[in-house]
This record gives sequence, C-alpha cells and structure tokens, in this order.
Amino acid sequence: MSTAKPLWKMGDRLEEKELPPVSRLQLTKYAGASGDYNPIHHSDEAAEEAGLPGVIAHGMFSVAAITRLFSPHLEHGYVKELNARFSGMVFIGDALAVGGRATAVQETEEGHLHSFQVYARRGGDTVVSGTAAFLVYGD
Amino acid sequence: MPGEEDVIRRWRSLVGARSESVVNVVEKGAVRKFAEAIDDMNPLYVDEEMAKSSRYGALLAPPTFPRTFEYGKIEGMVWPESGMIHGEHRIHFERPLRVGEVIICYTELKGYHEREGSDGILGFLVLERIGESLLGERIYTIEDTAIVTPSVRRSLKE
Repeated sequence: MSTAKPLWKMGDRLEEKELPPVSRLQLTKYAGASGDYNPIHHSDEAAEEAGLPGVIAHGMFSVAAITRLFSPHLEHGYVKELNARFSGMVFIGDALAVGGRATAVQETEEGHLHSFQVYARRGGDTVVSGTAAFLVYGD
Repeated sequence: MPGEEDVIRRWRSLVGARSESVVNVVEKGAVRKFAEAIDDMNPLYVDEEMAKSSRYGALLAPPTFPRTFEYGKIEGMVWPESGMIHGEHRIHFERPLRVGEVIICYTELKGYHEREGSDGILGFLVLERIGESLLGERIYTIEDTAIVTPSVRRSLKE
C-alpha cells in the first residue's frame, strides 16, 4: 500500500463509494465483532416484536462504512473526529453509498486538519449524516 | 410499584455519575475480526509486517472500534430492557489507537433531556465513554446519545 498524500481543498468531494448489499451473515459477523447481540440485528421475530418491518443493521455498522472514505489515506494521517447522527434504518439487502465533501482545512501543530460533511445513504434516504475530521501529518 | 417517573428521576439524579475504570486491551484478533465485519481489510488494521514499517510502528484499530470496549457500570443506573435507539455517536481522538495497547475505560452519564415528539415525549440519554493510556493520558472521548422512545418510556420500571 502506497498512496499519495491527500490534498483536499475546501469544497472537494470525496468520491462516493457504493458498498455491496448488507447481508445477514455480515450483520452476524458485526454482532460478534462488536459484542452487540441485540436480536433485532439478526432475528426476524425479534425485529417484528420491536415493531420493525425486518432485521436492521447496527447503527455503528453504517458509521464504520463512512470511515471507509478515509481508510485509503491512513498511512498519511488518521480520523480525528466523527460526529454521526442516525436518521434512518438499514435493512438486509440494502446497498449503502457513502460520501462527503471537504468544508475546511486548518493548519495545526500536528498537521493539516481537514473537515468534512459526510453521509451514508440507501437510495434517496440518508441513514447517517454528520461531520468528520481527518488529520494529515505535516511531515 | 415504581414506574417511569421514578426511573426518569433516577436518571436526572445520576447526571455526572461515572463508572469504575475497566482495563481493556486492543487485541490483534479482535481488530482483525472487526475489520472483516466492516469489510475494511486495510493493511494497517491487519498486516503486522506492513504496520511495523509504517509511521505508527504497529497495527491500528479502526475509528469505530472503541465502542466495542467495556466501560464499566454506573452504580444505580437503570436501563430499559430493550428498544432504545442509538441517536448519535461522536468520537474525538487525541491520537490513533494502536493494537496491543492497554487502555483504561470508563463512562459517565452526561445528561438526560426530553423533547416533545409527534407520538409523545422523547428522552435523550447522553453518555460519555473515555479511553486513557495507562499513564492517564486521554486517547479518545466518545459521546453517545440513546433515544428513549415513548413506547420504551412506558415500559420503564426500576
């Protein structure tokens, strides 16, 4: 892995990333990896009892999808901040798309701090919206 | 029979209360499993050789990984049995979290507030979750908001 140092300017778009449809297996893996075994994320009956039309993905699963926008640049810096607001549910079979736009670049002692507006959407519905900040080291 | 008002009074009285500290280890296997689950096999999460020669000198944990740690229990805190909704997740890192690190975690109830929703009162429990190094240096701060929906509110009991 060797990518160029990212040079975002205010207004730059992060290329939207389309992810494969969410599967039950993936949610089961996420439950195991995160320790969140709430049955609404794997059992149809539990989801129905909770008044949901079907099994839903963990909210943090969609936040993790957003962090994939920055993952390719990890050798040059790190995610300093995430502020995510959940506004919609993700069901099995839904394909998420994640994207964002640079809103500010700030010089700090640590390096260049890039701020972004970010989102995860399923079709026209935004399921997570918020902001992120990625620090690119100065050296 | 204590009901919803008692639970809510309890929440309000517990604002500012924190849990005991819990020791967590950022485990290589747990990070790999997590990277697989979020479908992001970044070499810096899973390839030890590559990570050793990186600026970090070690594998890193993904930014959403800290939510999976144990943060301890706030004494006297009452949780609904089920049905709470995750409203917001905020995390701020002072620096990246490395695999192999031992971290001290704890949680604090930062607030409880309410808002009139279309189906009744919505409650918002705000919890801070903190990770520190063994030297007591802050590594990250999480702020999670959990929503107590009107139906969850009706189910509350101590």
